[in-house]
Parts: sequence; C-alpha cells; structure tokens
Amino acid sequence: MADFQEKIAKLFPEATFEGGDVPVIGIPDRQWHDLALALRDDEDCKMDYLVTVVGMDWTESLGAIYYLMSSKYNTMCGVKVCTADRERPMLHSAADVWRVACLYEREVYDFFGIIFIGNPDMRRLFLSVDWKGYPLRKDYAEKNEVSVDNERQTDTTDTYIELPDGTIEKKEVDVFEPGEFVVNIGPQHPATHGVLRFRTSVDGEEIKKIDVYMGYIHRGIEKLCEDLTFSQALPFMDRMDYFSAHNYHHGLCIAVEKAAGIQISRRAEVIRVMMDELSRIASHCLFIGTYCMDLGATTMLFYTLRVREQILDIMEKTCGARMTFNYDCIGGVMQDIAPDFQQDVKALLEVLPKNIKEYNKIFTGNVIARNRMEGVGYLSREDAISYAVTGPSGRASDWACDMRKLRPYSIYSDLDFEEITATEGDSMARFKVRMREMEESAKILAQLVDNIPDGEYCVKVPKVLKLPVGRWFTVVEGCRGALGIYIESDGSTKPYRLKLAPPCLPLAGVVDHITRGSKIADLITIGGSLDYIVPDMDR
Amino acid sequence: MQDFSTITDAIHSFLLSFMPGWLTTTVECVLIGVGLLLVYALLALFYIYYERKVCAAFQCRLGPNRVGPWGLLQSFADMFKILIKELIHLNHIDKFLFALAPYLVIIASMLAFAVLPWGNGLQIIDFNIGIFFLVAVSSIGVLGILLAGWSSNNKFTLIGALRSGAQMVSYELSIGLSVLTMVCLAGTMSVGGIVQEQSDLWFIFKGHVPALIAFVIYMIAGTAETNRGPFDLPEAESELTAGYHTEYSGIHFGFFYLAEYLNLFIVAGVASLLFLGGWMPLHIPGWDAFNHIMNYIPSVVWFIGKAIFLSFIIIWFKWTFPRLRIDQLLSLEWKYLLPINLFNLVLMVCVIIFGWHF
Amino acid sequence: MEVTTKSMPYEAFKDNEYIEKLVQQLKESGTNVVVGSLDKLINWGRSNSLWPLTFATSCCGIEFVSLGAARFDMARFGWEVARASPRQADFIMVAGTIVNRMAPVLRRLYDQLAEPKYVIACGNCAISGGPFRKSYHVACGIEDIVPVDVYVPGCPPRPEAMIYGIMQLSRKIKVEKFFGGVNRQEKQREFLESHPVEGVED
Repeated sequence: MADFQEKIAKLFPEATFEGGDVPVIGIPDRQWHDLALALRDDEDCKMDYLVTVVGMDWTESLGAIYYLMSSKYNTMCGVKVCTADRERPMLHSAADVWRVACLYEREVYDFFGIIFIGNPDMRRLFLSVDWKGYPLRKDYAEKNEVSVDNERQTDTTDTYIELPDGTIEKKEVDVFEPGEFVVNIGPQHPATHGVLRFRTSVDGEEIKKIDVYMGYIHRGIEKLCEDLTFSQALPFMDRMDYFSAHNYHHGLCIAVEKAAGIQISRRAEVIRVMMDELSRIASHCLFIGTYCMDLGATTMLFYTLRVREQILDIMEKTCGARMTFNYDCIGGVMQDIAPDFQQDVKALLEVLPKNIKEYNKIFTGNVIARNRMEGVGYLSREDAISYAVTGPSGRASDWACDMRKLRPYSIYSDLDFEEITATEGDSMARFKVRMREMEESAKILAQLVDNIPDGEYCVKVPKVLKLPVGRWFTVVEGCRGALGIYIESDGSTKPYRLKLAPPCLPLAGVVDHITRGSKIADLITIGGSLDYIVPDMDR
Repeated sequence: MQDFSTITDAIHSFLLSFMPGWLTTTVECVLIGVGLLLVYALLALFYIYYERKVCAAFQCRLGPNRVGPWGLLQSFADMFKILIKELIHLNHIDKFLFALAPYLVIIASMLAFAVLPWGNGLQIIDFNIGIFFLVAVSSIGVLGILLAGWSSNNKFTLIGALRSGAQMVSYELSIGLSVLTMVCLAGTMSVGGIVQEQSDLWFIFKGHVPALIAFVIYMIAGTAETNRGPFDLPEAESELTAGYHTEYSGIHFGFFYLAEYLNLFIVAGVASLLFLGGWMPLHIPGWDAFNHIMNYIPSVVWFIGKAIFLSFIIIWFKWTFPRLRIDQLLSLEWKYLLPINLFNLVLMVCVIIFGWHF
Repeated sequence: MEVTTKSMPYEAFKDNEYIEKLVQQLKESGTNVVVGSLDKLINWGRSNSLWPLTFATSCCGIEFVSLGAARFDMARFGWEVARASPRQADFIMVAGTIVNRMAPVLRRLYDQLAEPKYVIACGNCAISGGPFRKSYHVACGIEDIVPVDVYVPGCPPRPEAMIYGIMQLSRKIKVEKFFGGVNRQEKQREFLESHPVEGVED
C-alpha cells in the first residue's frame, strides 16, 4: 500500500492521504478526473470496481467520497473530492471511467444537489422532478407534501459540459428520440419485482432503450438513521433487502463493532453466520420460484416456497418473526438459539439436496427454459465490473466478487466453501450460480451445525454507544451482492452519516445495457435473473 | 347403445302434431339455443373450477373448498360478481369495436358448439362439411382478440393483440393440416360420418403412426390456438399485465374469461372427435363382450369424459412449462410443426392407399 | 344479526361490535338490513369472490406471496385469482410503504378499479407510515390517498392476519346493499370529493 501511496503522491503532489480502515485520498476537484483514470488504468492500482459514491455534507463544504476496489489486487481506497460552494456545487464526473458512476452520481445529485460536470444524465434519481430541496443536506428544511396529483414527467435530461475555456454549459438532451414507440412498464407491473419503472422504447418486439425510474419506494432510510442511535438504526436493515435481513444486520453490526472496538463471542459469530447462510438459501429459493413464475412456470414457485417456509420456521423459533427478524444486535445476537435449532437445521439439510434435484428436473433441464435463458442477457466480465454488478449476477460473468472470500469477515475465513463462478455470463449462468450457491451454503451450515461453541450469545456493550470521530467503510456479502456500509461519526451517539451502498442499485443500472436489442420477453428474463429488490435499491 | 335421435324425433313429431312446420323449426331453434347457452355457461363454470383444482393439485395446495361443498360453487360466485361489476367507460377508444370484441370471441366459440358430437344422435347440426365449418368458425376468435387489443388504445393490449394475431394465424395452419390428415383417413368431412367411421376402432389406433403424430401436433397447436400456457404470450401476465383484455372489466372481461375455457373444451372436444372417436365407446375388433359392456356407458359420458381428460393434459402443460418467446413460438410452428405436418399428411395418404392401417 | 364467513364461527371474530355497529347504522338510516333475496345473492357472490390486484411495494408483498403458497393457500377461499390489470380486480391489498412518488400511482390504480372496489391497508407502513413515519418521502398512512376498508396491522402481518383481514372485508361486503343507498358508497363518494386529483384530463 505504501508504494501505491508514493506513486500517487508523485503523480499528484496536491493529493492528501488519510488513514483508517480504508485509506482515503483527498484531491482537488480539477485533478480528480486524471486521478480517476490513473487509478483505473495504472498497472499497480487497477481500481476498476467502484463500490459506491458517498455524498457528504460537512456543512462547511459538500463533497463525495468514491470508494474503489481493485478486482486484481483486492485492495481498496477512497477518493475524497469536495467543494465549498453550497449554492451551485459542482464536481467533475467519473461517469466515463466507471460506467456505474453515472447512476451513483445521480444519486448524490438527488440528495445533495451536487452537479457532476460531464455526467451524461443529471436528473433526479429517486425523487420526482418537482421535489424541493436536497434532503440529505444538513440544512434541509423544505416540506414536500404528499399529493395525489400525477407526477410531472420530463422527456429531457440535463448535462453539464466544460468548455475548453473553463466555463460550464448546460445542455438539454432528449431521453428518447422523437417518434419512438415508448412502452411504460411499471411501477405496478408483475414483472418488475416491486415498484420499479421502465420506460422502454421498442421497435416491434425489440428493445431499443430502457430508461429506468426508481424512487417509488424511496423511504429515506439514510436520513432517518442520522436521527437515531446505532442500535435504533438496525431495524431498517431488515426492511431494505428483506431477504438478506440477517446479512444486512450482520453488516451494520460488524461496521459498528469495528468502529467501537467491540469483540464478540465465537458463539455469536457462529449463530450469525448460520443465520446468514439460512437466509441465503431462503432468498435463492424465492429467486428461483419468482424467476420461474416470470418465465411462466408458476408451479415452481410453490415447490421452492416449501423450502423457504421450512427455513422461516427455523428462524421463527429463534427470532420470533417470519420476515423482519431484528436478530443480530451490536455485541452479538438478541437471544440464544431455540433448543431444537440444530435439529431443525439438520432436517433442512437433509431435504435440501432432494429439492434442488427436483428443481433441476422440473425446470433447468426443460428445453423451453433453456431456450429462454441460454445466451439471453449476456454480460461480459469487464462490463460486470464497470457496472459494479456484484453477487451471483457478477459471479455468473466470471468475476470472483464474493466478499466472504475477498474481504473475509466474521468466521468466513475458517470455513471451507467454494466461490461459485461461471463463464457464460447469460441468464442461465446467473440462475445456475444461485442454484449451486445454495449447495455451498448448505455445506457451510453442515460444518457449523454441530460446532456451535458454548459461551455468551451477546457481550456486554455500553447502553449508550458512542463511536470515536472517524469514518469506516465495511463491505459484506448480502444475498444479491456486496453491501457497502459507510459510517462517519462525529463522536456522538448518532451517526453523522450512514451511507448504505446496496447491491441492487447497480443491478438496475445495468438493465439498459444488457437488454438492448433483445425482445420484450427477454427483459423479463434478464430482470428476473438479475434478481433486484426494489426497496433495497431505493432505500 | 342409447340413441338420442329417438328422443329428438319424438319431440319433433310431437311439436309438428299441433304446429305448422315453420313454427316447429322456430321453437326448436329457440329451445336448442337456450339449452346451448345453459350448457355453455355450466361447462365454463365447471372448467374454471376444474382448472383451479387441477392447478392446486399440481402445486400441493387444496384449491377452492369453502364456497359450497368442496368449493363447487366458487366459480358461480365469481360469475355473479363479474356480472354486476362495473363496466368502465373509457375515453379515447373505439367504443363500438371495444364493445363488439368480446361478443365476437364468444360467438366464435359458441358456433363451434353446433357441430360437436355430444352423443349418439345428439348433435345440433350434422352437415357434410362439419369439420370444415368448425375450423372456419374457430378462426373468427382471432378477429375478436385483434379488435379488443386495437380498440383499447393501450400499448400493452396492442402488443398482446399483435402477438395473438401472429400466433393464431400461424397455428391455424397446423390445426388445419392435422385435421386434414384425419379427414383423409375418415374419408368424410361430416362430423357424424367421422364418428361412425370409428365405430370399430378409434382413429388414433387405426391410423397408428401418422395419427399419433397428427394428435401430438394437434394438441400443441390447439393449446397455442387457445392462448394457453406455454403459449399464453398474448396475455402473458408477467410481461403484458393481462394482454389484449387489460382494459376490459365486468362482464366483458367475463366473456373473455369464459371463452378461454370454452375454447379449451372445444379443442379437447375436436381432438376427441378426430382421434378418440367422439362419443363412440372404446371398441376393439374381435372383443365382442367387451364392446358390448362399453356400449352400456352413455355416449354423452364418453364424449365429455374424453374432452375432460384431454383438457387435463392441456392444463398439465400450462402448469408445468415456462412460456415461449414470440420468435421461438413462431419458429416452432414454421420450422418444425409445419414441415412435419406436411410430411405426415403424405405419410397418411400412403398409409391409406396401401391399406397399412388397421 | 350474525354476519360471518364460511368456516369461521361468529364468536371467533374479535371485533363483532364493529360489524354490529355497521348493521345498526344501516338500520337507523332506514334501510332494511334483512336484505332482499337478490341482494343476498349478489352479496354472496361478491363476498365469496374477492380477486386481489397484484400490487406490492415491499416486505408485506412477500408475505402476500406466502399467502398464496401451499401452506396458507388463499385459493381455498377463492382469492387466488390475482389480476394484474386493475380493471378486473376487486380489491387492492396495499402491501408496503407508500411514498410520495407512489401516492399518485396508488390513487390512479384505485381509480382504475371497477366498482365495487375495496382497499385493505396491509402492514404498519400503509396504516401510518410505520417505522418510516418521520421520513421526508413517506406518506403517513394511505387514508388520505384512498378510502380504506380494512386495516391489517403488523410489520409485516403474518399470512394468518392477512386471511383474517380479507375475511373481515368479506363480512363487510355481506351487510352491503346493492339497491338503494349504501353507507360505504356514500362515504367513498364523500372521500373522492374531498380528495380530488388535479390536472387530470380525459
């Protein structure tokens, strides 16, 4: 890391360096684009994966922190750019360096009003066109009433271009070309898995362009968390990606425990990991079911839900709920496992292989299913990384991006499991990767079920938990990809900024790229195989 | 074998005894019309219930069981509700065509009922081109669907209707050719004649290989013709919300809903007519005692039983297979079914000429 | 008068006072509650054939999927015909948070439903905003957007609770009158008049 730092310092003398769990480089805005290119292309850096862009309001200045990761060296760094202008804050965009940055920067614009020069699409992402104010700024006070009047729709988007003489020019660009046949799919549509909206331009049955609209379930979790203590923020994790409730809880707990320096017992670690893997199986089960239903094979849903119900029973006995468990807490888990937990898990492990075999028999081998999925929605490895498509979808494009392996947390480094990857990159690969991941999760469970050590399930933590001043960035593996959690603390009991970088946002961002030229029916196949959860991307 | 023509003849002569001929015909037409409507409605309601139960069985569920004994009245409740549900008046649509479309669909399926061989002597009209008439009227349905999709002034319905048009026009070909294959074997186009031809052995056994191929193709094309899964693209729920009938509410939607199930019955009925002998009991040459026992089962039971069995197979398809994509659907028809069908027709002609059939 | 649904005894319902009050109100407003036989038939049909709209925004929607699955099997009651087109559905189960941006969509969906139409607010978010009540982009309950018939609390409600909720709706329908004024319809009209949607052109 040191020579990497030296190299950057030599190239960019104005850069400053901050330590922390992920080193952060400070850079003036005008050099940012060059640094971005250097970070991505330099042989020693190869920071090709943009994890997230954290918009920040430090009251005296506004800014953004780009968190980068190298898929080659597995190193991470952050780049901080800021501007003191609050009236018309402008930064340079990195949308041409990392494709996903376009979406992330739109989010920052939406929440903080920071305009990114060079970003081809500077519209609001989650909030409607008429929204007043930028909600995540610290001085946000505007009131926007709930209205039943139809939302105003614009067909143009703004871009800001820097002319050679340094002046910034605003340009309006049409989203769709005039005369295109645009079909509106969503927000209430059975195939969008929630309330995502696609404006799809079609030529006959062929898709020419998709414009994705989000925010129909944007609940402002990040802002809500700023008014709550760390343990009060936990229940929201259940309600983002409700299938990875345990994994997300686990992530935030790790992030806070790391910041507060809390060491938890091995028993709690094992229970947490077991719950994570159980939810992974349940989540993939539901994925298979809903995916098959999208493709028209409704019956599979009922077979996969059978296994899911069994897992929910196990969780209900221990956590007391079927869906929003709120089980992991800072310092361990809420309560000890139920007496017949181990027995139930063993029963599950027994029926799971039979069920997976049955699913393969009914669906995977079916000639119609194969024709619908094979070669449909191809995503190359480079694009997967550039669009930050993580999780099973990224691994299906041969990108080993499992955070349990890359940045092992909890007890994952002690466990014996394989990271499933596939080279095809099509919908079938994404489907199969999930299928096989269920087997791997079962393998982890089998290793742990008889080895739950004795000990306390929750260590003592101070009633009022204060984090030291600083910033922490944690990445964990949810069921759908890498969840990044950024905590910035000003030393009080509440987070100054809690940024959640969900895996589903880039998944929705890549839809346009991989559906172009496919049929309308393929949109359903591709969308289903990416398996995004809308409340997760919208937060 | 109970012959229903004795009953119908008796009614006819009874009416003639105190009425002039023209009035008799009118009264008979009205009676048949009412009877047909009743059978039509009851069959549709039964089919809705049947499909829901079969689907539930495949999905390890119970299906309707609260309304009436074993949930038998569930579809009646649904129908009552649909009857009195609001008909939404839309702006910016072609009101006349919008209202016409559901009737076209339902009339097409009702006309087909006229020539189905319900039982021995129980056929509304038996004329020499019965099967041709059947093929002709069943293709009116596509007109209704196209109109529904176009007149709704909605992009989803339009895509659904165009898909449906492409699909039904293509698969009509396969249906026609497989029907033709069987007509060759029967040597007649009259429905009654086709049934009589099968009095010693059903065509599916009599025509062995070509008949079997024709049967499989007919079942595939028939499923496609009724817009049922895995060919339910025109109303693909996960793609086009409800396809061509997205904008229809109340009884107009009810008509589409009923027609879907009735078409299922018609396809199954025609299949049983062409391949399984219509109302003809199972006869095996030489087994006289067996044939005699089979004759004791009423012909109506034979026909409806066969139709329900074949519908079961079609429902089974629907709840097992994923949906095809439009290009795959069309290539299945034009690249596979059609050539096989043409070849099969030649094969059947050879079989008949050389007398290779049983 | 005991208003109940199939396979659930009257005593098993927890809030019979409510339904009795409804019957009382109907009686006081001059309508004869011992409704005509045609009314009975219609109400029988309506209350036994409730088709939901496939509408879900978040977690509650997944429990709604579970409700359709083998263990809870809402098909037993005839509720499994989930229609994706609002024209053909009977009730919306508002399963999940409704945010500012979704509110017009929900209202539009409600307006697109054909009469008789009902709304079930399912889950705390739909009832009051739930855990997100203080957020800048969440509607604190849907009762200002659409008229609600039944509230099902929970976060998310268990599928059993949802079954109970739909049963309650079915009971409410049973005391409705088809011919002549119905207090539910009047209330609905009042609501729509006091919450108009602006800027809608035909």
